[in-house]
Amino acid sequence: MTETGAHSDLLDGLSSSIPYIRFLGLVFERRGDEITALMPYKPDLIGNPLLPALHGGATGAFLEITAVTQLVSDTALGDKAAAGGELPEGYAPVMPKPIDITFDYLRSGKALDTYARALVQRRGRRVANVRIEAWQEERSKLIATAHGNFLLGSGA
Amino acid sequence: MTDLQQRLTGGVATPEGIGVAMVGLPHSNAMGMRLVSTENGEAVLMLPYSKDLVGDVATGVLGGGAITALLDTCCGTAVFVSKSAKITSTATLDLRIDYMRPATPGKDVYAHAECYRVTRSIAFVRALAWTETRDKPVATASAAFIVERTPQKGEEKSA
Repeated sequence: MTETGAHSDLLDGLSSSIPYIRFLGLVFERRGDEITALMPYKPDLIGNPLLPALHGGATGAFLEITAVTQLVSDTALGDKAAAGGELPEGYAPVMPKPIDITFDYLRSGKALDTYARALVQRRGRRVANVRIEAWQEERSKLIATAHGNFLLGSGA
Repeated sequence: MTDLQQRLTGGVATPEGIGVAMVGLPHSNAMGMRLVSTENGEAVLMLPYSKDLVGDVATGVLGGGAITALLDTCCGTAVFVSKSAKITSTATLDLRIDYMRPATPGKDVYAHAECYRVTRSIAFVRALAWTETRDKPVATASAAFIVERTPQKGEEKSA
């Protein structure tokens, strides 16, 4: 990443300051306004040791956090533009809360690194509808998808 | 791991043994999940409150994903211990979760799951998660699992 500053710090801050994101070991990278999330493989993520396969709960949590992170990033980009190009120091956006999510498990997740991206299909004043996809070796071979509604900041 | 295999596929697995194996899976174990009961073909699990699983530092509320993982594990356990069939393996097909309210910070989260229909290939499950009282659910879930199973005598052929 070439871009630095408050927005990148915000994403780094999420992965270092939120315990559950640290627990899963997630890393985020931003290209333009698109976040790619990475869940590096570790044995603690396994749900079926016989195959082996990732735990569906770990994959699900990963998809959910990817959506939240994309929404937070979008909020920050909006706030940045509104504030005239710079985020104030100590900027902390309100975390979106999941209302409902449906996960589809398409293939078993192997004992490998997993990637995910979220597409915000509609962002309203109170609710955002998001689609999320996760894959491993090949982008075209998705291991899981999800779609969900998230409550944005002030509506709670 | 072979122990798990024996427990899940040995044919002599008790519901409790299956439940213990499910919370003993690496990710469930890392999160600290515990088995509460596997009576009447239903499963109750518990996720002790842990600072490591917090998703909102300002409030101390657990990450929604932690509830997802608990409900997924609980649903899977319910499939294995359901009375209707001898299941030898399962995989989640889909899982829908509705988040009713945040899990109370500092409180353990309980989950109850019931497998209400098993066909030759598919098991249907519903589940509920709560902290203090079941009347105030944190989340509800509805899931479908693909299953491998030992066919039962005189069983209807469908799905």
